[in-house]
Amino acid sequence: MKLLGFIVVSLAGALLLYGTQDFPAWGDPQSPASVHLSNDYIEKAVDQTQVPNLVTAVLADYRGFDTMFETAVIFCAGLACFLLLRDFSKKRERYYRHVSTGVILHVKNQEKKLTVGNEFEYMDKDWVPSDLIIKTICRILIPFIQIYALYVVAHGDFSPGGGFQGGVIFGASFILMAISYNLKTLVNRIKEKVFGIFAAVGVLIYVGIAALCMPMGGNFLDYSKLAPLIPGDPGHIRALGMLGVEIGVGIAVTAAMAIIYINIVSEGRHDEGL
Amino acid sequence: MLWIDLIVLTFVIFCAIAAITVKDLLATAILFGAYSFMMCLLWAVMGAVDVAFTEASVGAGVSTVFFVAAVFRTSRRTKD
Repeated sequence: MKLLGFIVVSLAGALLLYGTQDFPAWGDPQSPASVHLSNDYIEKAVDQTQVPNLVTAVLADYRGFDTMFETAVIFCAGLACFLLLRDFSKKRERYYRHVSTGVILHVKNQEKKLTVGNEFEYMDKDWVPSDLIIKTICRILIPFIQIYALYVVAHGDFSPGGGFQGGVIFGASFILMAISYNLKTLVNRIKEKVFGIFAAVGVLIYVGIAALCMPMGGNFLDYSKLAPLIPGDPGHIRALGMLGVEIGVGIAVTAAMAIIYINIVSEGRHDEGL
Repeated sequence: MLWIDLIVLTFVIFCAIAAITVKDLLATAILFGAYSFMMCLLWAVMGAVDVAFTEASVGAGVSTVFFVAAVFRTSRRTKD
């Protein structure tokens, strides 16, 4: 079986290599990709949109429809993880640890809940003692990661970055919090409902901005028609539209990453995790 | 710049082969992270900084965490 697999993979690889022979040479100015649209984007994008980063201009303006459904795909990924993995059954046993003595309580009665605070703390079957150094370092680091994520979202017009990357970094800060403390800290601090609403709101911001252009007399995603709504330089309006759209993408991606992580790591029970 | 390309491409292929031969799935997850990071370096050398940024944050960052989480909840060793 392994030999058969190896032969199939080698054949497929050889076919792919054979197929690359028809590719245009690297950097060939006459290749189909750089004859038709690319020149237009490179020459006119900065004048038309006032956005120095061409990648953002293409992704969020010229190909905005594409990016909108990309955001919807991320939202659907979060939704699918939630629907497949979320476990709503109430039957669960809880473990608590008395902080000062280290005595572990195993509570089998599901109605009985201890208040968690200075005396008792949550723990689970895979519990490891929380390390003071890791906790402190992560507590210092998380605000900086979040500020950096906001910077990446807001500065996507001028430098590499944008809503998707910024959202992933912001979501990673939540994941870091769940790893360095425990999953319950994150779930108690930000409810699952809030994450769900934020994921939907992010997509809605994108679609809302795109659809708002239609009653203003433009096409779907034609940001330049939003000029009467926003005071300031009307030449800059497409950059502002892109910024709004990127913020929507960032919110949706942040929430989707957190939803996926929480549901995978706790098998949908939202109680114990890495 | 050719030698950077060659070194990084060697590492990419090395990581890819190691990821499918290693029996420990946690090691595979980390090797995938290394693979993504090498691809990120390649994108950066080619001048596609936006793609490199995405690869670093999504490929090397978050997806590695998702793999580790999935390994944590399933089994750590493969059967084949």
